[in-house]
Amino acid sequence: MATTEIKLDPNTKKLSLIGFSGDFDKLVAVFTLATGAAAVGYEVNLFFTFWGLDGIKIKQGRSPVGKGFLPKVFGVFMGGLKSAPVSRLNFGGISPKIFRYLMRKNNVATLEELVEAAKVLGVNFYACEMAMHILGIQKSDLIPEVKDVLGVATFLKIADGGQTLFI
Amino acid sequence: MANYNLDITKEHCPMTFVKTKIELSKLKSGDTLEVLLTEGEPLENVPRSSTEQGFTVLSITEAEVKGTHKVLIQK
Repeated sequence: MATTEIKLDPNTKKLSLIGFSGDFDKLVAVFTLATGAAAVGYEVNLFFTFWGLDGIKIKQGRSPVGKGFLPKVFGVFMGGLKSAPVSRLNFGGISPKIFRYLMRKNNVATLEELVEAAKVLGVNFYACEMAMHILGIQKSDLIPEVKDVLGVATFLKIADGGQTLFI
Repeated sequence: MANYNLDITKEHCPMTFVKTKIELSKLKSGDTLEVLLTEGEPLENVPRSSTEQGFTVLSITEAEVKGTHKVLIQK
């Protein structure tokens, strides 16, 4: 049951992103858009579902997070933010390391810096109730910035009147 | 009243706006922030988004290094 109090301000520009993917590059897209929009005054809502939940786990490495045998296996194989694979040419996890190196070298914010910036800017984090149920993930497995665990109807209400993207 | 400085010439999108926003959020009424930034997107968007968020852009002047500008913003 969602406990979030939904305040709809028609004057605030709003961007809502559905973070479906746990891929490194797609999480970079989610957090680049989120921080950029928040910095120019948008209300930003992030709704993480399925593999996207990997991006907001407290344990950022490969760890048996979850309740039950299969969720723990998923947790070990998928891991969290630090073990996120790139969506193409992952080369067994070498590519994300190369990306992180290139981002630092070119003075572009790394994925971890973007996530921290999103927290500082007050971006709203939400998690999908159904996907958490399937993957055996508890709210306590997720970063404390996750405001609430929601279903589709509540997310639609939160996103209403703004722009919504699925990544 | 305090005056702050921020150099975002080495930053890229979205950290140009992110760092500006974080510094602006520290200002008290009357305080100013001078942002050193490059031409292009930062120069176009930092003054605009600051104005949209209720700050006043007092001046935009060319800085010593070619292609960089100083934007003075007041809360």
